[in-house]
Amino acid sequence: MARAVTTNRKMINTAVAWLIGLLIFFPILWTILTSFKTEAQAIADPPIFLFFDWTLENYSVVQERSDYMRFLWNSIFLAGGSTILGLIIAVPAAWSMAFVPSKRTKDILLWMLSTKMLPAVGVLYPIYLLFIQLGLLDSRIGLTIVLMLINLPIIVWMLYTYFKEIPGEILEAARMDGAGLKEELLYILTPMAIPGIASTMLLNFILAWNEAFWTLNLTAVNAAPLTAFIASYSSPEGLFFAKLSAASTMAIAPILILGWFSQKQLVRGLTFGAVK
Amino acid sequence: MGQITLKQVTKSFGNVEVIPSLDLEIGDGEFTVFVGPSGCGKSTLLRLIAGLEDISSGQILIDGQDATSVPPAKRGLAMVFQSYALYPHMSVRKNIAFPLRMAKLHKAEQDRRVEQAAAVLNLTDYLDRRPGQLSGGQRQRVAIGRAIVREPSAFLFDEPLSNLDAALRVGMRLEISELHERLKTTMIYVTHDQVEAMTMADKIVVLRAGNIEQVGSPLELYKNPRNQFVAGFIGSPKMNFIQGEEAAKYGAHTIGIRPEHIAVSETDGTWSGIVSVSEHLGSDTFFHIHDTGLADTITVRAGGEIGFRHGDRIHMTPREDVIHKFNENGLRFT
Repeated sequence: MARAVTTNRKMINTAVAWLIGLLIFFPILWTILTSFKTEAQAIADPPIFLFFDWTLENYSVVQERSDYMRFLWNSIFLAGGSTILGLIIAVPAAWSMAFVPSKRTKDILLWMLSTKMLPAVGVLYPIYLLFIQLGLLDSRIGLTIVLMLINLPIIVWMLYTYFKEIPGEILEAARMDGAGLKEELLYILTPMAIPGIASTMLLNFILAWNEAFWTLNLTAVNAAPLTAFIASYSSPEGLFFAKLSAASTMAIAPILILGWFSQKQLVRGLTFGAVK
Repeated sequence: MGQITLKQVTKSFGNVEVIPSLDLEIGDGEFTVFVGPSGCGKSTLLRLIAGLEDISSGQILIDGQDATSVPPAKRGLAMVFQSYALYPHMSVRKNIAFPLRMAKLHKAEQDRRVEQAAAVLNLTDYLDRRPGQLSGGQRQRVAIGRAIVREPSAFLFDEPLSNLDAALRVGMRLEISELHERLKTTMIYVTHDQVEAMTMADKIVVLRAGNIEQVGSPLELYKNPRNQFVAGFIGSPKMNFIQGEEAAKYGAHTIGIRPEHIAVSETDGTWSGIVSVSEHLGSDTFFHIHDTGLADTITVRAGGEIGFRHGDRIHMTPREDVIHKFNENGLRFT
């Protein structure tokens, strides 16, 4: 028997959902609000919520002081580049693990994921040295590769799950129809996995966009993305909360908008395979 | 051309031997059915011929050429899968054209062949639909269409009708048989349904545990089964097997008598028993008879008008000339 859901029950559920949603969203909301305050109002005690003199001054100062577009372009390059590069490696990797598994495939998948448990700072030193040797410090190419590598396990895992959902007989049919490995990947597997690939790309793009550890440590000027842009507003002379908030808002705005428009795809992607 | 020869083919998965050494000859244009209970290796055998699985040892010849290590696409065979295995993101037209596209045929030639196949299979109105918008029978026809356009030297069918409902199955069975009549191309058809095997095949290969139990035409197998397994597997309802004293009268360990070879009467007969279930099909009636002292149940096929009911005493007389005799190893002798 289905559980009877009363109107009351529904209202409580809705209220709780909104509450949790607001709680999660609050830091972002607060950042956006603060970006419209003066520096004095930003650190006022008790904090002012909505009733302050709204100003755009912080945005104009931030825009004047630093070249937002350059940081934005770097962020797009890094997030986009690492995602595409990651896919090029992960699609064949996930294909082979999903369709021609060996005895050790499960172990390899787990091992790959385990690298995500490694604290990034643990490998900072060797990677930093490598970057010096290779002349990759503060280069977009170098950073793209690092971002791709740290997210690769997640891309492979997600794609692996999607590919597992595709019946093997369809690929066998393609093979009988004369498709080689390339055609099989290109005409059958990839188009069938497009929803999965799209959400993988999206998630990876967001992860790379928000990545701060490597982007801060391996860049100075040329390759610095929006995370460095935000960080540049926490200066030794003191924190300028309003300007920092304005910079943060500008940094997260593009990804927030992207996330908003693709939330359906994202949720479907993350829960894919959970329910038959 | 489509002559397929298997020479001492074996297949093992790890330590499990699925197909012990097997020899088989499939003639050009023949409709061959592999039949056997589930797990008998019939699908594996088909996949070995297709090249989707590698054989562990032995040789596969297609039209006299060694195809053992030729990849599936180059063997010139087309396969129809149980799950249809259509490409869900392509229209019916593109599904059917896919093998032609892979063969890099001219677009015009592709279109011509697709239209032709669609006409043969009554799919012309559905060419622009996606597989998801089709019924099971239509999907199966698309799968067949995709196989036809390649003009293969042989068709391989892997239980193609088992996902369809009973009425559709009978229809598709006829369509595939007609297709074979028209194309005269070699067809290898895997099924666990002996009715499909009997109705469609030129030649039936009965398999058990990877071994060929018997090869022959449907009526050959029906009339002269080599052993008790084949005798029991071919024919519906199943052959009745009787052991003990009654069999000993015929000098056999076991005797077998088909349900249609037993006459029934209210008054007299060689054997007697109590009707447990009577199934009236209109044209025929099947009686399942208990308490005969011969076997748990004796099944008899009688005319549609004969009306025994549950609990009635019934007398039976077997036709002596069609009693099959088996020795203790299950082999038939005369």
